[in-house]
Amino acid sequence: MIPVENVPPAGDGGFWNDTGKTGITAWIFSTDHKRIGLLYFYSVLTFFLIAVVLGVLLRIELMAPGRTIMGPQTYNAVFTVHGVVMVFLFIIPGFQGSFGNLVMPIQIGARDVAFPRLNLFSWWLYIAGAAVIITSLFTGGGPPDTGWTFYVPFSERTGTNVSLAVFGVFIVGFSSIVTGLNFVTTIHRLRAEGMTWGRLPLFVWSLYATAWVQILATPILGITLALIIAERFLGTGLFDPARGGDPLMYQHLFWIYSHPAVYIMILPGMGVISEIIPAFARKPIFGYKMIAFSSLAIAAAGSLVWGHHMFTSGMSDTAILVFSFLTFVVAIPSAIKVFNWVSTLYRGSISLEAPMLFALAFILLFSIGGLTGLILGAAATDIHVHDTQFVVGHFHYVIFGGAVFAFFGAMHYWLPKFYGRRYAEKPAVVAWVLMFVGFNITYFTMMVLGMKGMPRRYYDYLPEFAPLNLVSTIGSWILVSGLILMLVNLFRGLFKGEPIDRNPWGAATLEWTIPTPPPTENFEEEPVVTHGPYDFKGAGIP
Amino acid sequence: MSEQQHIVSYGKLTAIWLGLLALTALTVWVARHNVGIGHVWGSLAIAVVKGGLVIAFFMHMKYEGRLLRWLLFFALSVLAIFIGFTFFDVLYR
Ligand code: HEM
Ligand SMILES: [Cu+2]
Repeated sequence: MIPVENVPPAGDGGFWNDTGKTGITAWIFSTDHKRIGLLYFYSVLTFFLIAVVLGVLLRIELMAPGRTIMGPQTYNAVFTVHGVVMVFLFIIPGFQGSFGNLVMPIQIGARDVAFPRLNLFSWWLYIAGAAVIITSLFTGGGPPDTGWTFYVPFSERTGTNVSLAVFGVFIVGFSSIVTGLNFVTTIHRLRAEGMTWGRLPLFVWSLYATAWVQILATPILGITLALIIAERFLGTGLFDPARGGDPLMYQHLFWIYSHPAVYIMILPGMGVISEIIPAFARKPIFGYKMIAFSSLAIAAAGSLVWGHHMFTSGMSDTAILVFSFLTFVVAIPSAIKVFNWVSTLYRGSISLEAPMLFALAFILLFSIGGLTGLILGAAATDIHVHDTQFVVGHFHYVIFGGAVFAFFGAMHYWLPKFYGRRYAEKPAVVAWVLMFVGFNITYFTMMVLGMKGMPRRYYDYLPEFAPLNLVSTIGSWILVSGLILMLVNLFRGLFKGEPIDRNPWGAATLEWTIPTPPPTENFEEEPVVTHGPYDFKGAGIP
Repeated sequence: MSEQQHIVSYGKLTAIWLGLLALTALTVWVARHNVGIGHVWGSLAIAVVKGGLVIAFFMHMKYEGRLLRWLLFFALSVLAIFIGFTFFDVLYR
């Protein structure tokens, strides 16, 4: 291994030094993919934390029956804003914007993305959209109360500020499309010599599949949201049966985007897991080709299953059959990934450091989320649990236990590379334990409540649900205490922790071959790739 | 990709515009007459022709290279599949 270099203090060395500009303009007008990555990272993290506070407030309200801290209207607004911020301002832009930008160009041996200015523009669009959404909370008729899905006819009739919020989401969607175009072009055109498609790190493969979903599906979200605005201002009647419209058309349009959006959230997370597991099992990944292929298969097949959100809507039985069947088909590529990760672990020399712990938690929690998804994907069982707390438990397992835990894993795995310093291991493990335990108490309980018949999106419930709701709320406090410990430890480490050398984990992808922190141009000379991304022998790693 | 300008004459553009207006009138006509499910097919067919004209002439796709045409074709096929799948619902309700 390379000896620890003369490490400068945090926020110094490598790309931190090159500015040309000073102060904040060195960041908000930078076209360096690493700086844009960090801009995105801190932006999405801020929104994540805001939405976590809202989630905790929801749980406090549900701690006991009746009114606890807020009334029904406030509750409706809080779960709507919690959902909108988590989905549109955190997890959809999150991976691509932060770790996609930080790591992907380096992993393929490029100096930057294909369109650096467009990259910056994408961040600005994101911020503009976020600003509009925030404005919508405090102006007009107050924060939207429709749920993050903006279903008609309620979203057309409610007096709250739906139009502005929807317009903000529209702008954020534009930013997502722009990033998708940029990443597809970058991955096609800027791979270094020898970086064949068969040597592409699996994180890059997952970003590539995701980028196509962003390009092809997001415009449909744009249209759908524009139609809501048209309905509200012009009364076009598109979704109004009294005027020849069809309310189910809204649900089709919305889910044509929003189910694939679930893959925008989870695919890059799966990519992160495919990087962490071989590095910490010190073994080439099992079934590289199948993992890469399954990313594309998930993106393609996953685009044709949206109808599983509509089984109880009055949609035709034929459609129920088709969409139910296709939903089960998507389980196959997802299971391929899980099997390959587990096979990689088999007989590896596993070191249980923080990134690996998050990866292992991902595998378990994502599997629970995926399997409960089949209960919802089978039309017969869905009828019973549709719109209950079971659904809320299920999708938190997938998005939070899956995508967000992968995001935390990525924070521990990659951020030290960019700061040149690392967190302390012990507190990271304690934080992981707290979050893992708290998470399961919170959301498994919610799934049980749903099975017993407690609906979602209500601020009140029958007295018989009280004990389990209390358990779930206490779980959310354990979860959040772990989250706070994790963040404090991580950031303290990044700014004051132990310095690290080029390759602290002994991984074989390109980002670990360049200095820590990476120089502005990433590579001193054009790299020539001679081995696969998980070929530890070829990379000379013991 | 080609940077050369292609200039479409005013006459041609006007003719296409008039064509689009005529097709719009046809859409309205279809909407006003009860032709069953043919109403959906008819409207979609007209929309496709109109979209095609706009893309080919107003957006100059007729004069673009292969790559862009294929990309557009791919994107439109995906859209067609999406719309097509909603027919599992609309046709069998
Ligand atoms: C400490 C963390 C969190 C807590 C305590 C929490 C709590 C909750 C609760 C109690 C609800 C259900 C409200 C109801 O239906 O009555 C909810 C809904 C929701 N949550 Fe979370 N959540 C957390 C994190 C997340 C994360 C990380 C995401 C996604 C990235 C997320 C996305 C959503 C969405 C999309 C909804 C649905 C909103 C709607 O019904 O329109 N949550 N959350
Ligand atoms: Cu779905």
